[in-house]
Amino acid sequence: MIMKQREKIIESLLFLCGAIGVLTTIGIVWVLLSESFVFFKEVSIIDFFTDTQWTPLFAEKHFGILPLITGTLLTTLIAIVVALPIGLTIAIYLNEYAPKKLRLYVKPALEILAAIPTVVYGYFALMVVTPLLQKIFPGMAGFNALSAGIVMGIMIIPLISSLSEDALFSLPKSLREASYGMGATRYQTSFRVLVPAASSGILVSIILAISRAIGETMIVAIAAGQQPRLTFDPTVPIETITTYIVQVSMGDVARGSIEYQTIFAAGITLFLFTFLLNNISFWIKKRFQEKYD
Amino acid sequence: MSKNRIIDKSFKYFGMFCTFFGILILVLFLGNILIDGLGRVNWQFLTSLPSRSPEKAGILTAFVGTLWILVLTAVIAIPVGVGAGIYLEEYAKKNRLNNFLEINITNLAGVPSIIYGLLGLEVFVRIMGMGGSLLAGSCTLALLILPIIVVATREALKAVPKSLREASYALGASKWQTTWLQVLPAASGGIVTGVILALSRAIGETAPLIVVGALAYVPFVPASPTDEFTVLPIQIFNWVSRPQKGFIINSAAAIVVLLLITFIMNGAAVYLRNRWQRKTKW
Amino acid sequence: MSKLIADKVNVYYGQSHVIKDVSLEVPANSVTAFIGPSGCGKSTFLRLFNRMNDYIDGFKMTGSILIGGSDIYDPKVKIEELRKKVGMVFQKPNPFPKSIYENVVYGLKIQGIKDKKILDEAVERSLIQVALWDEVKDDLKKSAYALSGGQQQRLCIARTLAVGPDVLLMDEPTSALDPISTSKLEMLIQDLKKNFTIIIVTHNMQQAGRISDQTAFFYLGELVEINQTRALFTNPQSERTQNYITGRFG
Repeated sequence: MIMKQREKIIESLLFLCGAIGVLTTIGIVWVLLSESFVFFKEVSIIDFFTDTQWTPLFAEKHFGILPLITGTLLTTLIAIVVALPIGLTIAIYLNEYAPKKLRLYVKPALEILAAIPTVVYGYFALMVVTPLLQKIFPGMAGFNALSAGIVMGIMIIPLISSLSEDALFSLPKSLREASYGMGATRYQTSFRVLVPAASSGILVSIILAISRAIGETMIVAIAAGQQPRLTFDPTVPIETITTYIVQVSMGDVARGSIEYQTIFAAGITLFLFTFLLNNISFWIKKRFQEKYD
Repeated sequence: MSKNRIIDKSFKYFGMFCTFFGILILVLFLGNILIDGLGRVNWQFLTSLPSRSPEKAGILTAFVGTLWILVLTAVIAIPVGVGAGIYLEEYAKKNRLNNFLEINITNLAGVPSIIYGLLGLEVFVRIMGMGGSLLAGSCTLALLILPIIVVATREALKAVPKSLREASYALGASKWQTTWLQVLPAASGGIVTGVILALSRAIGETAPLIVVGALAYVPFVPASPTDEFTVLPIQIFNWVSRPQKGFIINSAAAIVVLLLITFIMNGAAVYLRNRWQRKTKW
Repeated sequence: MSKLIADKVNVYYGQSHVIKDVSLEVPANSVTAFIGPSGCGKSTFLRLFNRMNDYIDGFKMTGSILIGGSDIYDPKVKIEELRKKVGMVFQKPNPFPKSIYENVVYGLKIQGIKDKKILDEAVERSLIQVALWDEVKDDLKKSAYALSGGQQQRLCIARTLAVGPDVLLMDEPTSALDPISTSKLEMLIQDLKKNFTIIIVTHNMQQAGRISDQTAFFYLGELVEINQTRALFTNPQSERTQNYITGRFG
C-alpha cells in the first residue's frame, strides 16, 4: 500500500501546481476588486467614466479616466494601423508567394523581433523615430503618441504575421487548388478565397494584438510622455492606463491613500478590457475552428 | 499584361517589401544601438555602481540584480510550471474542474504584465511583507511566466508517443515511475527550450518590477533575496529618461548588454530545440 | 505453472459492447493464438489479462479472469504485481530511448533492485533467452534505436523476460517485421513455450497454424470457435470459421 499512498501524494502535489493558475487568477481579481472597492466609495463610478480630467496627483483632484482611455486607444489604434497591413501581408506573402526557403530565414528573424525587450523598443522610439518624425512634422513634440504607436506597431507585427500565417497554412489544399484551377492569380486567391476562409484565425490574431497593445507599458512610458490628455492628436504627449500606474509606482505614494487606490482602479479597467478581448478571441477560435477540421 | 497580373505582381513586391521591412527595422535598431552604445561598454562600465555622473556610472548593480532575478525566478517557476504541465497532461481526467484549471492558465497568458505587478505589490510586498525585495520581484515574475512554461511542458509531453508509456506500464511501473523515468526525460528537450524562452522573457520585463518596488537608484550590490534591487531594463529606463547625453549613451550601452544576454538565451533555446527535434525521430 | 481461465467475460467501452460473453481456457506452457478480422476484439481481450484496458475511458468489465486460480480483477490485486507475472509485447517494437542495458534492467529497477551483479546477470540471461546476447554483448551501452526492427522486438521480449513472468501476451508481434525476423521470432516463441504460457494475437492465419497449439477465432466481439490448432484449421465446426480461414472475408 505504500506505493499507492506515494502515488496519491505525488498526484496531489502536482494538482496543487496546476491549481496555482486558479490561485493567481483569484489573487488578481481579489486585489483589483478590493482596492477598487475602497476607491469607488470615495469616487462615484459616473464621475470615473465621465469626468474629462485625470489629476489625482494634483491638489485639485479629478478622477475621470477618459484621458487615460483615449491615450491607450490612440496608441493602440496607431499600432494596429501599422501592424495589420504589414503583418497580414507578410503572412500572405510567405504562404502564397515566397519560395519555401525564404520562410526558414524570415521566421527566425521575426522571432528575434518578438524577443526584444520592450524597453529597447522604447529607446528606439524616443531616440530614432521621434527625431525622424520631427523632421517630417516640424510642430511635433518631443513626447508624442505617434512615435510610441508606430514602434508598438512594429513590435506587434510578428504576433499578427505568425498567427495569421498559421491560420492560412491550416486551410485545406483543396481550397487553393480550386481557385488556381480556375485561373485566379495568387492575389485574387489570397484575398477572395483564403483570407475570408481564414478570417476567424486572422481576427483572433488581430484581437490578441490589440490586447497586447493595450497592455503595453514601456514603449509608451519612454516615448509618449506622462500627461493625461483627452485628445486624439497624435503629436502631443499623452498618458495611458499603464504608464499612469508606472508613474505612481515610481513616486512616493502612501499606502491606503486615494492616490494609491487610483492605480488599482486604473488596473481593473485595464484588466476588464484585456480580459474581455482575450475571451472573445477564445470564443471565436472555438466557434469557428471546427469548420475546417 | 492584364490588370490582374499587374496587381498580382505589385502585391508580390509589396509583400517582399513588408517582409524585409521587418528585417530592415531589426538591422536599423541593432545598428543604431551598437553605434550609440558599443563604445561605452568597457570594464569600468560593467563593474561600476550607479552614480550621479554619467561617466562614472555603471551597470554592476543592475547586472547582478538581473542575475539574481533570473536564478530566483527559475527556482520558483520551473518546479511549479513543469509540475502543473505534468498534472494537466498526464494526470488530469477530462472533468469540469480540470477544464477550469486549463482555461485559467490560458487566460493568464493574456493578462498584461503590469497587472502582475499590481498583484505582486499587494500580495508579496505588502501582505506577505517581503517589501520591494528580489524575492517579491521573482515571485511576481514567476507567476507571469508560469503559463509559458506550462504550455511548453504540455506540448513536449504530448509529443512523447503513447507506446513509450504503454511499454513502461506493461512492465509493472506506476504512473509516477513512468512519468519520471521515461516520459519526462524524453520530453526534456522541449521543456528546457520552453523554460529558457520563458526566463529570457522574464529578464526583459520592466513594468511589473517597477510596480513591485524595484528602485531606480540602487547604489549597492544586492547580496541576498531580501535586499532591494534594480535590474537592467529598469536601469535602461531610468537613464533614457534623463536629458544628459552621457546618460543616453549609458542607456544604449546597457541595452547592448541586455540584448546580448537575451540573444544568447534565445539562441541557446533555438539550438536546443533543433537538436532535440533531430534526435527524437519517433 | 498456472493456467488462464476467462469466464463469461463482457467488456464495454461506454455504451459500446465490445466483448460478448466469452469463456475460454489457456493451458500452461502452450501457445494459444487469437485470430479474427480487424476490430473483432482480439487485442482488447488480450489486454484483459494484464489489465492494460484499465487506462481507457469508459472501460467496464463483467465476468472473471483467473490466473492460477485467483481473479485478477479483484480490487485487492496490485496491478504492478500482476504485470510482473504477465508480460506484454507490442505490435510495433517500442524500446525506450535508452541503451540496450537500460532497457532490459528497467523492469527490475522500478522494483527497487539496485545490485549491479543481479542486474548484469538478468541482462545476460534475458538476452541469451531471446538469442540476442551474442549480437550485442560487446556494446550494451549502445542505444536501442540503433538495432534493427527484428532485434528491437527481441529486445522488448528480453526486457519483459527479465522481470520473470509466467505468462507472455503478444499483440501481433511480427506484423511490423520483415520475413526473416518474423521466422526468427516464431522460432523463439516455440522455444519460449517450454517455460511460459503464451497468447499471441495475429491476423496472419498461417502464422497461427505454424506456431500455436490452440487457436481461438473471434468475430465481432464473440468467441466463435476454439480448438486445437490442427483441428480448427482442418475441420472447423462453425461456418463463420470456415469462411474466415478460406478467405471469404478478411
